[in-house]
Amino acid sequence: MEALPLAGLLVAATLRIAVPYVFAALGGFYSERSGVINIALEGMLLTGAFACVVAAHAAESAGLGGAVAGWLGVGAACVAGGGLGALHALICVRFGANQIVSGLGLNLLAMGATKFLLTLVFGSSANSERIAGIPSWDLPGLASWSVTRVLFCTPLVLLAVLAVVVSQLLFRRTVFGLRLHATGEHPEAALSLGVPVVRLRWTGVVLSGALAALGGAWLALEQHQFTAGMSSGRGFIALAALIFGKWTPRGAALACLLFAAAEAVQIQLQGGALGIPTQFLQMLPYVVTMVALAGVIGRSRPPAALGRPLEPLR
Amino acid sequence: MKARGTRVLPGILGRWARPLAGPLAAIGLALAAGAILVAVLGQDPVTVYTTLFDAIFGSAYGFGQVLFKATTLIGTGLAVAVAFRAGLFNIGAEGQMYLAGLASAAFALALGDGCPALVAVPLVLLAGALAGALVALLPALLRAFLGVHEVINTIMLNFVAFALGSWILVEKLALFESVHTAEIPAAARLPRLETMLPAFRGAPLNLALLLQLLLCALCALALWRTRWGYEVRAVGLSESAARSAGIPVRRRLVEAMALSGALAGTAAANFVQGYKYYFEEGFTAEAGFKGIAVALLGSTHPAGIVPAALFFGALDRGGFVINGLVPKEFVDILQALVILLVIVLARPGDVAAQVRRLALRRREEVS
Repeated sequence: MEALPLAGLLVAATLRIAVPYVFAALGGFYSERSGVINIALEGMLLTGAFACVVAAHAAESAGLGGAVAGWLGVGAACVAGGGLGALHALICVRFGANQIVSGLGLNLLAMGATKFLLTLVFGSSANSERIAGIPSWDLPGLASWSVTRVLFCTPLVLLAVLAVVVSQLLFRRTVFGLRLHATGEHPEAALSLGVPVVRLRWTGVVLSGALAALGGAWLALEQHQFTAGMSSGRGFIALAALIFGKWTPRGAALACLLFAAAEAVQIQLQGGALGIPTQFLQMLPYVVTMVALAGVIGRSRPPAALGRPLEPLR
Repeated sequence: MKARGTRVLPGILGRWARPLAGPLAAIGLALAAGAILVAVLGQDPVTVYTTLFDAIFGSAYGFGQVLFKATTLIGTGLAVAVAFRAGLFNIGAEGQMYLAGLASAAFALALGDGCPALVAVPLVLLAGALAGALVALLPALLRAFLGVHEVINTIMLNFVAFALGSWILVEKLALFESVHTAEIPAAARLPRLETMLPAFRGAPLNLALLLQLLLCALCALALWRTRWGYEVRAVGLSESAARSAGIPVRRRLVEAMALSGALAGTAAANFVQGYKYYFEEGFTAEAGFKGIAVALLGSTHPAGIVPAALFFGALDRGGFVINGLVPKEFVDILQALVILLVIVLARPGDVAAQVRRLALRRREEVS
């Protein structure tokens, strides 16, 4: 029985790799469904990771336990990511400026600012000091097998699953979800029906930052430190997953799992999987997303008003 | 038409002052915010900024470095601007430039030493431009014929380009245990300007600068002095209006995007043919993304792109010299602030008014 442990390892690795993708893709979901393009997911992940480490490290230095410090870090990540989201909303919703450029600018800002602060806080431009992280729970029966340990005993994984389920229900079953949907499809029509379009967009974009930052916090807690540029393109893979998943929480989460599985295979099998070069596996998320957008297999269609600021009513 | 700015600043002054106001205000505000940040850290903003200024204008060598960094940014900025004028957002300049660098290095290596420089240099430049255009062609065709928004596809293609480039490099071209190719033959290299102007001694400034300035002039002529350019700009302002005016919209979209990719491709020459003489992993150093900022800061006009590229190039260079005072990423923060401020302060004008103006001129041409 050689295959079963390997399969278990692969599934566990897939789940772990998928966590930051899922959080960031969900973040992208709230922003883009409200009609605001968010290519700043990358910067939001990075900001979340950094805020998490700074807060957790400060808490540990103040004598708090590793787990408590870790949760404080998660909270700090949400606040910092939400802050970056608020900046995006200010630029794009309040001032109606170009959403793509704002996202690019915020990515550059996050990249520069985290390195800048890293040097100031930890005296190194490469990495922070070590943090303990949040230990997984020791639940009897579940903690012994790798897959169930990741899925049921790791708090942030559970949170990610919960976030997907809640988002999907919110989107399909609640007034908020319906209004968010309408805001992204036809904001003027929504506005004329009394939907608070501007407020919904602010909510969507700030939530987007907070959720993406959770993904960053996961990265930091997993690696027990912050390293410069540690998001390394994950925000864009999450964006690809969101598009491949047709801008729905469930679809995006499944796409994240698919992309993460490809990555897990690549890592576990040391690159030489089925004779496919590593670089081609790296391309996979982007290529399938382009194919999906082109409409070859079940066309993926963006929200109709994506990228268009609300016309001021005169 | 209620153009408030023009009434206050009439004539030629108004024509120049209006597009300048937004970018200059953005730069001013970003520098002010930077000064506050420096002061908060307990450093003297004046010292930081004078150190920065000295490094840029204090010596011909320093200014040569700035010009060298600006050269690449003029190329990518121009690439983004040309696409922008056609209403297309080319976020793929980074990947286009990346594969163009690889293609030109590979082509130069295949060409070997037998070819005279007058033939080899333009051929290698052309190979790079062609590669850049080819990378841009896919999102262009998808946009023109399937209506898929080019933003997502160009972002995705960047990552495909990095992975593909890295595979080709590792499998075929890289020197043993390195991430770069062998040096290209001397005939394919662009001469350094220090050989003509000794003051620039030591700075990697090369003929690519003149090439980029020439391309800027050519693009300005093509966009504003030819029928083709008029049609491209018309497509950029309103596709439906352009279509009803009989302009082949799809063709112009594809052509503009291919030109944009080709221009991004030539930006690689500054490094590959003018500086290191090889292709290296990561040589683009975000120049493609910064090109977007340069294009917008320069009001997507060639005449604005050159100073905007100089500004960004100066900040790129400045990071190294202020590192003792504040972390060098200070300049990255400044660049990001400029981008964020410029899109808020200098929104691309009253588009409706521009459409009306174009329509008027069209009618005059017809009658």
